[in-house]
Amino acid sequence: MYAQMVKSTGQPVKTLDEMDPLERAFQERINANEMIEPKDFMPDSYRQTLIRQISQHANSEIVGQLPEGNWITRAPTLERKAILLAKVQDEAGHGLYLYCAAETLGISREEMSQKLVDGKARYSSIFNYPTLTWADIGAVGWLVDGAAIINQVPLQRCSYGPYSRAMVRICKEESFHQRQGYAMLQTLCTGTDEQKAMVQDAVNRWWWPSIMMFGPPDQESVHSAQSEAWKIKLYSNDELRQKFVNQCVPQADHLGISLPDPDLKWNEETGNYDFGEINWDEFYSVLQGNGPCNNERLGARRKAWEDGRWFRDGLAAHQAKQDDAARKMPKVA
Amino acid sequence: MSKEWPLWEIFVRGQHGLSHRHVGSLHAPDAELAIKNARDVYTRRREGLSIWAVRSRDVVASAPLDRGKLFDPANSKIYRHPEFFSIPEEVGPM
Repeated sequence: MYAQMVKSTGQPVKTLDEMDPLERAFQERINANEMIEPKDFMPDSYRQTLIRQISQHANSEIVGQLPEGNWITRAPTLERKAILLAKVQDEAGHGLYLYCAAETLGISREEMSQKLVDGKARYSSIFNYPTLTWADIGAVGWLVDGAAIINQVPLQRCSYGPYSRAMVRICKEESFHQRQGYAMLQTLCTGTDEQKAMVQDAVNRWWWPSIMMFGPPDQESVHSAQSEAWKIKLYSNDELRQKFVNQCVPQADHLGISLPDPDLKWNEETGNYDFGEINWDEFYSVLQGNGPCNNERLGARRKAWEDGRWFRDGLAAHQAKQDDAARKMPKVA
Repeated sequence: MSKEWPLWEIFVRGQHGLSHRHVGSLHAPDAELAIKNARDVYTRRREGLSIWAVRSRDVVASAPLDRGKLFDPANSKIYRHPEFFSIPEEVGPM
């Protein structure tokens, strides 16, 4: 998802009896659906796993601005441009809410930003694909933001208070993202044959990467059980993926386009759409840095980080001077 | 490595006469930019008409371990709620 393959302990989940008293009390609070807040006791493994998950989620929001930013200057109308700008600005905001949530766990913003530009922290595999045409912007809204919503809605109920609250804000705003994408595709699909073909082409390229967003199949997700016990993951990758596929099929029908999977068909018995084999080699390869745009995305982040340094430092220096001047002012009575 | 901008807690007062409410935090070099950043980060959809920014280091918080000591005593004082007292219906609204 926006956070994929987050490492937790890698160990089997302990039973209550195997835990020391502090850890046990902590797990019992989680079992009772109590929220964990920043100053509360938490096992270090919970803290570290959450730092990885939330910072990866934040990084995805920040890097996620890049594929869409690509089209801001080329949006077909002023209204579309304003909408896209608002959406990209939202993504920046989502990144900031999440970084703040991660900071409550004791990691600094500086460290997270540095790890991202050093290539030591992940972001979602999906943002390493290019946005080749205007229809890609619609497809990203419909599919990528649609997948994000399916993942994020349950996270509003996750066990860590600041993360849960950030997700509540994000989910409120995310619906705009998906709907503007779908509405844009609807407009294109009622246009010329070329416009409709452009939508089909974009959906053909974004479909598989979008369903990969939910992460590897459940039997390969070694860290999921612990994250589920901690309630920082509420449904399995495959459950969420299935929900997404079920939701998309009628939406694609309504647009009058096809999804690029010959094995996609309704299964009366399970009440789900069956779908074809996912190319997991591609997923792992993109995650390891070999996607079409990994270098470009990281390069853009690095450039923004380096080019902005003088400005960040300048503002900090100005404030330090002001503080200094205030200290030297003679005290009045 | 450059010095990180300090952290600020942001409070926003909405449109309907409610008090300022904590909405999250952000980094800013000074008070002026804390307000400007808060406006962009937390009020993109007409969420507020007023912003307070407070340096996070200036917030004093109660300790989680004091929760019982501070809040449990209220549990046994249900007479502080009006429903504790039953008033005969014929007395009228009260």
